[in-house]
Amino acid sequence: MSEFHGNSSLDEAPPGFSFDNCHRNAMIEQVAAKSNSVLPTATKTGTTIVGMVYKDGVVLGADTRATGGTEVCDKNCEKIHYMADNIYCCGAGTAADTEKTTEMISSQLELLRMNTKSPSRVVTACTLLKRMLFRYQGHISAALVLGGCDVSGPHVYQIYPHGSTGKLPYTTMGSGSLAAMSVFETEWRDDMSESEAVELVKKSILAGIFNDLGSGSSCDTCVIRMDGTTEVTRGAVAPNPVAPLRAAINRSSKLNIGKGTTPVLSTTFTPARVTLADVTVTEMEQ
Amino acid sequence: MHTSLTATARLILFSLYVISMLSTTATAESSSIVEAGGTQRTRRPIVTGTSVLGIKYRDGVMLASDTLCSYGTMAKYKDARRLVPVNPVTLVGGGGEYSDFQEVTALLKRNALEDKCTADSLYEEDNSVECAKEVWNYLRAVMYNRRNKMNPLWNDLVVAGFHIEGATKVPFLGLVDKIGTSYEDNVVATGFGSYLALPILREKWRPDLEEGEARALMEDCLRVLFYRDCRALNRIQIAKATSDGVLVSEPYEIDTSWDAASFVSPKGGLEGDGGW
Repeated sequence: MSEFHGNSSLDEAPPGFSFDNCHRNAMIEQVAAKSNSVLPTATKTGTTIVGMVYKDGVVLGADTRATGGTEVCDKNCEKIHYMADNIYCCGAGTAADTEKTTEMISSQLELLRMNTKSPSRVVTACTLLKRMLFRYQGHISAALVLGGCDVSGPHVYQIYPHGSTGKLPYTTMGSGSLAAMSVFETEWRDDMSESEAVELVKKSILAGIFNDLGSGSSCDTCVIRMDGTTEVTRGAVAPNPVAPLRAAINRSSKLNIGKGTTPVLSTTFTPARVTLADVTVTEMEQ
Repeated sequence: MHTSLTATARLILFSLYVISMLSTTATAESSSIVEAGGTQRTRRPIVTGTSVLGIKYRDGVMLASDTLCSYGTMAKYKDARRLVPVNPVTLVGGGGEYSDFQEVTALLKRNALEDKCTADSLYEEDNSVECAKEVWNYLRAVMYNRRNKMNPLWNDLVVAGFHIEGATKVPFLGLVDKIGTSYEDNVVATGFGSYLALPILREKWRPDLEEGEARALMEDCLRVLFYRDCRALNRIQIAKATSDGVLVSEPYEIDTSWDAASFVSPKGGLEGDGGW
């Protein structure tokens, strides 16, 4: 297939390990140690992420807290990443790593779909992810729960930062994974219905939110069905709403300025006469 | 052993035993550095017990644990008793170094015996028995003191029983860890149990749980621990403290299920770890 030869994005890095930034990082650390300054911590996603197979597809779930050290950086971040119409991936670990890794493999899948003119398979995404992560020997801190439906059925994979994978009927990752796994181990069964599966996923994420300090805020879910439909729900369960807390703060009424407080004395309207673009069209030579 | 060994034979046997013990004493870190003055301190636990769970229910307090003591990665003692009644009204459960747990229970039992022998009367009405809360406070002092000497008793201890408040008996459940942190709650768990069992216990707890419900809940949690904790066993013990006294069950096995169709023959037919 001649289309493959020039397609360097599928084979995007030169062979061998690329530790280009390790030297730079070491230098930064040395400088920081001398000047007693505090290095900014990478934003991690703390996290509880889960995925499970049910009768007609897969359900993925994730919490929405992103932490930088002991501070919550983002109260409502998105941890369920789009890979393909029928494949989604939850990410735990360093937020930038999970975001960019899934984005990269998502675009590789799109190019492959154009080349092969057929829908992506979950095992393809898994292979691309694990090959990239192994190349970086665990320095890319991305722990992923990959789920989707393809022609061979519903699949859930767990992918670790060093590149090992596992194919399982249900799995959890992240700091809240034990809390979520305890819920799965007590209540998961074969061939659950969609509503039961979604309830179980929500319950397990809530266990992570309330029992793990690295996870919090609310729960997002994603249902991918064998019939090809997908449903991503941001904030499927939101047990920690911020609005009532904000409303409880007594602010001065001077801050609430209604419309029409400032009287309008006069109005003039001058349309701009500006040439935005100068376009000429020349026919191409055959 | 009543064999007729000569003195020299016994000495040789003993020294061989000591040499073999020294060579099999574990691995990476030196666990037996002798410091100045000939003293040594606990640096790491050797024979360990895993989680202990505790829950208050309608009639009192219930504790649960498995009966395993691990020697590193080896499941060495499969009939270790980690739930012990230290006096007629108090239960203590312990995870961590088993020898330190034996020391703690021996200490508490000595105290109970002394209380009994020096009581003003032979009858129980004069409150000479320490209630669970007193045992818990005493243990906090013991553990914190040892921590200050940088020589801890390497345990997480759960204390269950009743607390005498005026004329009433109120169920009591508390935890003391190896650095002397102590707290009481409706549900407690040590070790891996705090990650795997506590979410389930917190979700399912009600103040009016029946004994059967509480026991089923404990069994479910210990089953999850057996699935997911590498140092757990499916042979368990349950103990309860009620207003009538304290009772520790005999150990028994809990059943586990490994035959879910999705594990035996996964959907989608693709086997192995996925990808290549």
